[in-house]
Amino acid sequence: MSKLTPVLSAHWDEKDSFTIEAYTRHGGYTASKKALAMDPDAVIQLVKDSGLRGRGGAGFPTGMKWGFIPQGDDKDHYLVVNADESEPGTCKDTPLLMANPHVLIEGCIIACHAIRAKRAFIYIRGEVTHVVRRVNAAIVDAYKAGHLGNGIDVTLHIGAGAYICGEETALLDSLEGFRGQPRLRPPFPAIAGLYARPTVVNNVESISSVPAIINNGAEWYQSMGTEKSKGATLYSLSGHVNNPGQFEAPLGITLREILELAGGVRTGHRLKFWTPGGSSTPLFTDAHLDTPLDYEGVAAAGSMLGTKALQIFDETTCVVRAVLRWTEFYKHESCGKCTPCREGTWWLVQILRDLENGTGTEADLEKLLDLCDNIMGRSFCALGDGATSPITSSIKYFRDEYIAHLTNGACPFDPVKSTLFTGAVN
Amino acid sequence: MTLNNEVMQSIIKRYPRSRSAIMPLLHYVQSVYGYVTNEGIEKISEILDIETAEVSAVATFYTQYKRKPVGEYHVGVCTNTLCAVMGGDAIFSALKDHLDIENDGVTADGKVSLEHIECNAACDYAPVVMANWEFYDNQTVESAKALVDGARAGNPPAPTRGPNRLVTYKEASAVLAGLDDGLAREGLQAGEPTLLGLKLSKEGK
Repeated sequence: MSKLTPVLSAHWDEKDSFTIEAYTRHGGYTASKKALAMDPDAVIQLVKDSGLRGRGGAGFPTGMKWGFIPQGDDKDHYLVVNADESEPGTCKDTPLLMANPHVLIEGCIIACHAIRAKRAFIYIRGEVTHVVRRVNAAIVDAYKAGHLGNGIDVTLHIGAGAYICGEETALLDSLEGFRGQPRLRPPFPAIAGLYARPTVVNNVESISSVPAIINNGAEWYQSMGTEKSKGATLYSLSGHVNNPGQFEAPLGITLREILELAGGVRTGHRLKFWTPGGSSTPLFTDAHLDTPLDYEGVAAAGSMLGTKALQIFDETTCVVRAVLRWTEFYKHESCGKCTPCREGTWWLVQILRDLENGTGTEADLEKLLDLCDNIMGRSFCALGDGATSPITSSIKYFRDEYIAHLTNGACPFDPVKSTLFTGAVN
Repeated sequence: MTLNNEVMQSIIKRYPRSRSAIMPLLHYVQSVYGYVTNEGIEKISEILDIETAEVSAVATFYTQYKRKPVGEYHVGVCTNTLCAVMGGDAIFSALKDHLDIENDGVTADGKVSLEHIECNAACDYAPVVMANWEFYDNQTVESAKALVDGARAGNPPAPTRGPNRLVTYKEASAVLAGLDDGLAREGLQAGEPTLLGLKLSKEGK
């Protein structure tokens, strides 16, 4: 029996999978019909019972988040879908929306009903023109078919290139027409979110998982996954592997199992380091091949499941170069609101550049760790925290490699060897 | 072309509060002028009844809003870690040489501009190049050169996951303003990596 459990991805191989015709052919919009006939609280309870947790990185229980919305408060409520997929390595929501945007729209209808919202916004990143077309067309077709416009509206909002807007309160500021900068919490979005109204912010995959849960029941969803991490999810495998791609599997599968399915690490090479859930999650090594990829398993091993973005790097890759590049990314994307992140990420880049060039000193390693200690947990949002993850974890596992740069007086790696197209396989 | 009041009002009407329309309006300005002009900023300020400084504050925060003209085909090479390691750095470097421009530069004929970009959510297709924010997957130095050469000749290859032809920067900006160009049904629903897990599961693996 297959280890994989395609639910979201079940019909992606049909040429017209993104159309309303294809979605309806496979039972699309029956779940929303069913949910709209249910009491909203019963929908929330069903999602709670399923054990669905946020798929955007944090893993917060979805039904519980919905339950935080005050009821009978006479205020407008909003659902905001976070489709600002930008965490390095993360590439699941974008292909999902390209192949089947209707499942998200149906999920929006169900979630709006549950939280008594009349309006949902989908905040999609702006660097994916064709995905924008597909989602826009799906919304138009859902209105034409009468799924939208009868008490529930969906509006597509298109971003403009800012990683920080994937952070939920920065996303809300951006949606209100401001620079995307995170807000201090409390108040949490459930109390004062979009336009200071009770708001649920959920990831694309979380909301898209809801229609199948409504149709098949909480028990069915619970039957997949592990004790505290229920259900199936999209794992995105990329990097130095023979066959990268999307793998929808029950939570708790291991990298070893996924690599076996994917034909292994690039032929002639071996696994050196990898991220379990994007660049903000501490690095793993070949010692973590059998770590269960669920929320608890990855946390127990010292990292985070995050977005399940499995970026694989083989032994040709310089870890210092990789970490420097990620750090340059965080520096570029820091919104500038909080000093530890704004200033700290610049310092981190300067020191890492020296280390990668072989002009640093061993004391720089301690300085890096000290800086990380002063960034971690000291800003409004987790961007700065994420910036420290690759640094602290790489020093933990690859301190010798940092030192080798210093003794060598330069980076000891040949970057050509890690590219795919040089023919320099060995 | 000039900014069309009706289009701007239709964008504003999408939202319960008008200020939320500032981002699609900026994309719309780029669809008309090819970048965010002072004229565009003034018009948005007027129509939303906010200060020009507030519009500028937003326009300068987001990297997709350009305050100077880009090429008709704006090319972004992903140089975030994974793409960089797998060939993005080599592609970016080769394109700079080939076009004789630096990061954020534009060719003298105004056809192609070049930028190194961050992760574009297509890591299973690395190395990734974007042109007018359409996907060019699994790129090599040669294929990326062919892309920019085609663009300069007015005949760029079609995106690998996108419509049947590469639209211009202005046309793409209109899509990002939420305006329909009728091309949603063109192109693949998914590439091979997207379908790999599904395929293996059907094979019982």
